[in-house]
Amino acid sequence: MIRLDVNGKSQEVDTDPATPLLYVLRDHLQLNGAKFGCGLGQCGACTVLLDGKAVFSCVVPVSSASERRVTTLEGLGTPDKPGRVQRAFIAEQAAQCGYCIPGMIMQAQALLERNPKPSPAEIRSHMSGNLCRCGTHMRILRAVERAAREP
Amino acid sequence: MRAVLILAIVACACGSCALDPVPPAAAPAKNAFDAALVAKGAQLSALGNCQVCHTAVGGRSFAGGRPLETPFGTLYGTNITPDPGSGIGRWSEQAFGRALREGIDREGRHLYPVFPYEYYTRLTDEDIRALYAYIMTREPVQAQNRPHELRPPFNMRGLLGIWKSLYFERGVFQPDAARSAQWNRGAYLVNGPGHCSACHTPRNFLGAERKDQLFGGGEAEGWHGPALNAASPSPLPWNAEQLFKYLRTGLDEQHAIAAGPMEPVVRNLAGVPEEDVRAIAVYLEALAGPPSESRRKNAEAALARSASAPPGEGRGAELYAAACGVCHDHGRGASSGGALPLALGTAMTIPTSANLLRITLEGIAPPEGQPGRAMPGFANALTDTQVKDLMAYIRSHFGRAPAWSDVEAELAKIREERK
Repeated sequence: MIRLDVNGKSQEVDTDPATPLLYVLRDHLQLNGAKFGCGLGQCGACTVLLDGKAVFSCVVPVSSASERRVTTLEGLGTPDKPGRVQRAFIAEQAAQCGYCIPGMIMQAQALLERNPKPSPAEIRSHMSGNLCRCGTHMRILRAVERAAREP
Repeated sequence: MRAVLILAIVACACGSCALDPVPPAAAPAKNAFDAALVAKGAQLSALGNCQVCHTAVGGRSFAGGRPLETPFGTLYGTNITPDPGSGIGRWSEQAFGRALREGIDREGRHLYPVFPYEYYTRLTDEDIRALYAYIMTREPVQAQNRPHELRPPFNMRGLLGIWKSLYFERGVFQPDAARSAQWNRGAYLVNGPGHCSACHTPRNFLGAERKDQLFGGGEAEGWHGPALNAASPSPLPWNAEQLFKYLRTGLDEQHAIAAGPMEPVVRNLAGVPEEDVRAIAVYLEALAGPPSESRRKNAEAALARSASAPPGEGRGAELYAAACGVCHDHGRGASSGGALPLALGTAMTIPTSANLLRITLEGIAPPEGQPGRAMPGFANALTDTQVKDLMAYIRSHFGRAPAWSDVEAELAKIREERK
């Protein structure tokens, strides 16, 4: 059994310690915010926070997350009460197909937790590992700027 | 300490009487240079990596400010744009040539050998003229040089006179008539503008190359520059074709992907004439010489392992399977973008864990906004214990070498840098 702290809730899962954290989140805990994109840590759709820092959960063995704080999209807010970054993404209508957006939001969350007032260049640099195939990058960047601006 | 002090006094005295300034010249007009000469200078500048050290991250080209960590302190790349006040706009070609050939600036002060004049001294007159034409036609940028931060006594420039008398050999490259024109071109580029041995040769306590171990493996910016001579740690010997491919594209599927300080080198080599990169490859292949019988056998074994490596056991193997194997295993070939089979890589076989740790923690990324192969970094994902387990596994399972003793220290250093 592996003990996990996900979104402030302590959970136990019975799985192979080499299982990617993403699979455990989606298949065992039904937290489907993080998406499977490439499975190779190349696209960022599976981004979640580990101790407040962004990781690609498709290449993180679940054993790495044991005894550490995992935060997923579901930990930031709900459809009725979205969190600050989620509100900013909605306000800027940053999603087109939306598949990359949970990862984008988590990556932005990690940035703002470390650096509450990032410059546009810092935002670009920090978000550069997360890909969007629809091409809504400019809206995503605006959403991150908005999240940094709004309380 | 007293000896150092006396040396310093002697050096200051020698320094002040021996070196004359070159009189300031009017900044040459941009159209004073022939376009073909400027274009040739651009290629030489790329071969010499000039821009890398003379440009700060995100800064204006050639305007200086990039920090270079050395065992003696931090030095900052200087402004070499033709700005008359803060750059080298008042340097005549004579002053420029003297800096490259003798390591003396226009005002007559010794230059620190972090500026690789030990190698540039081999440049031909024609190439110095071309480099001068190129540099003097860059955009002038007003940016004051940042003072170096060196520990005493290394902050005393006069001491460099002694250092030079001990270690610095002046002289233009002399071709070897017994060798081919291509080999000679490669030798010139590698030992002159390319200054390859600066990072691929070990240095003594005063930062001078250990000539008895030329190309025997050195250090640069926290990375190990693997040996390029017969002591090459590469599981598979390199041939000229593979070297060419690596130097031109940053990847050879059976040897290496360029990372760390080598990344800007291959980026520069992508834009220079193909025959120059081929000449470098031919020279380097000859430098390593034909592989020994035992090396050839080890290479065959490594190739076999890379084709079908049975997974190991334990925590490190588990981590490898989940974090690394998806790209580095499972028969994924070059078509997927080329994650290197670890049994063939050099980071696993060199004497230090530094390179493998840096790649694991920081990943591999092209410069921002540029295309290139990417590997995610695992600094946020793996705990220190996990990193150590992973290093131990990769070193023994793929590197087939005794455990590294420096993992703990190198890991702490990299974690500290990332704070």
